[in-house]
Amino acid sequence: MKIYKLVLIELWHRKSQLITALLAITLGIGVIVGIRSVAVVSEKAVAINLDNLGANILVLPQGTTIDNYYSADIDAPTFPEEFVEKIRTSTLSGVDNISPKLTRRIKLNNQSVVLTGILPSNEIAAKPTWQTSGLTGQALKATCDTSAANKSHGFEDTKLQRKPIESLQQNECIVGANIAKLLKLKQGDRIDILENDFTVFNVLEETGTIDDDRIFAHLHTVQKITGIENQVSVIEIMGCCNAISEGLLGKLRNILPDTKITTINQIVSTQIKTNQLMNKISIIFLIIILFVGGISIGNSIWANVNERKKELGTLRMIGFTKSKIYQILLMKAGILGVIGGILGYLVGTLSGVVLGPQLAGLNIQPIPIYLLWSVLLSILISLLGSIIPAYLAGKIEPYKIMQEA
Amino acid sequence: MLIETKGLSKFYQHKDGLIEAVKEIDLGFKQGDFVTITGPSGSGKTTLLLLLAGLIRPTSGTIQFQNYKLHSASDNQLAGIRSKHIGFIMQNFSLIPYLTVLNNVLIPLSLNQNGESSNYDYAINLLEKVGLKDRMNHLPKELSAGQQQRVAIARALVNKPNLILADEPTGNLDPALAIEILEVLKQINIENQITIAMVTHSPTASEYGNIRVHINNGCIQEF
Ligand SMILES: Nc1ncnc2c1ncn2[C@@H]1O[C@H](COP(=O)(O)OP(=O)(O)O)[C@@H](O)[C@H]1O
Ligand SMILES: [Mg+2]
Repeated sequence: MKIYKLVLIELWHRKSQLITALLAITLGIGVIVGIRSVAVVSEKAVAINLDNLGANILVLPQGTTIDNYYSADIDAPTFPEEFVEKIRTSTLSGVDNISPKLTRRIKLNNQSVVLTGILPSNEIAAKPTWQTSGLTGQALKATCDTSAANKSHGFEDTKLQRKPIESLQQNECIVGANIAKLLKLKQGDRIDILENDFTVFNVLEETGTIDDDRIFAHLHTVQKITGIENQVSVIEIMGCCNAISEGLLGKLRNILPDTKITTINQIVSTQIKTNQLMNKISIIFLIIILFVGGISIGNSIWANVNERKKELGTLRMIGFTKSKIYQILLMKAGILGVIGGILGYLVGTLSGVVLGPQLAGLNIQPIPIYLLWSVLLSILISLLGSIIPAYLAGKIEPYKIMQEA
Repeated sequence: MLIETKGLSKFYQHKDGLIEAVKEIDLGFKQGDFVTITGPSGSGKTTLLLLLAGLIRPTSGTIQFQNYKLHSASDNQLAGIRSKHIGFIMQNFSLIPYLTVLNNVLIPLSLNQNGESSNYDYAINLLEKVGLKDRMNHLPKELSAGQQQRVAIARALVNKPNLILADEPTGNLDPALAIEILEVLKQINIENQITIAMVTHSPTASEYGNIRVHINNGCIQEF
């Protein structure tokens, strides 16, 4: 009969009390793990978005929030594709790589995926008007180094750079890594999207962003099959840095008064602000669970001590020292901490994985090292909360119990 | 002498004044004595037992137990002495409700570093002796009162004590069961030469003592 055995048997004997003891700490740890999991992905997304977009100006429908843009909701607003022509024919200088997109969240084999319609670059180049305007393809590349703009934000992960898609047939699609894995797709496979037959043109490498859950297809096909003819949800523009500082945004706004024109700078700063907010929230939660979780576990240990007064007195009578009594109670608190930490990690990770794609359009991966941190944090909180009850339990004098009998 | 007191007194501070629970008691028990302590309610019997166990400290006087001076030992020393040399049997059985009979018997040994398996064998041995080997995996609440008290006796014996202190061990039992328990105690006393100090109300029980102490108002009246 070892002490830990006594503790475990007692814990099991009163297992219904576990729920109330662990509720606060489990939820607290769960919220922190959930927020942190989202924040990690979101921070990564900032970096990857910068790199991936290959654009530094976004033309969005009026009233779109950045959240709309990322989550690609079914009812996210759109605007006419002819806006592209307006930009092209405006003879603005300092504009490169105009890329219209239509993005919709759809169900594919019960899986939520983002379907994005794009125009392959060969089609952009093929338009005579665009060619004459001198705004296509590589003409301005030399004067406008896009990667330099991105590097200035401290993101250099060029591995993730999205390669321009040269050509894409009306019935071809490019599949994100996750989707390819889930549906066991490889190049050349056929796939049914919204009752239309597609051929997989390519499978993208894993990026850790929503792109992994994305399918790219031809813009005009996506417009057709989603029933949003001649509309797009964004026009991505590569603007020359000098041109932006010389008022390119204002000129674009004049041409397209009914849109929201924003720079990646603004978007990134919005997202960085969101991330900072999330970090702040997790610190606030940390403090809250330190108190609420600790008090709640301490409270249940105290209730436990009162319930076990007679038993603890008996143990003292047969020779248990005060420190043995502390050991019994703190060991119990420690075990509660371990359970709370594991449950909290599971709750947080699961809600992140399940809710992440739905609420934030982020593909959230479990972060195993957080299990260790959750358990350590939870043990620490439990022990801190139980110090006072354990100390008071040591004060139970065995003779009181004997004289009451 | 196994245990000896000199001028042993215990006064309780109470809001209505000082309660002189035990006054100037001189006692001495040898190894193998079966001592019964009788006296009216509130006369100081339990207080005396607590003093002998080192569970409370005397207001004045000394208690010598083997080589130990209980009146001046530290709390941890007293706990160590109890766990190694003293067994306890209480009126309310004082078993741990969520532990099986076997684990209840084993619990005092969790403080010693002996081998698990020899402890285990010895505990089963004791349970056999009190006739409860077949109940070793039962919980206390699944046993009758008499059976529970026999578990408590096995627990009191498991650390091979020199002294067993019993506070009204038959107080919650009907007469027939009381006799059973007393017989077990008598057997232990004779076979193992364990000194037993037993507080009791019952004249029948007090018959079992070779030394019979009667206390009134904290003072020994007969010895
Ligand atoms: N912890 C205590 N505080 C104050 N008075 C006490 C305490 N314990 C016992 N007493 C008093 O001491 C006297 C002796 O009590 P006790 O030893 O329990 O008697 P008995 O066991 O013979 O019934 C009683 O008057 C009792 O009320
Ligand atoms: Mg009493």
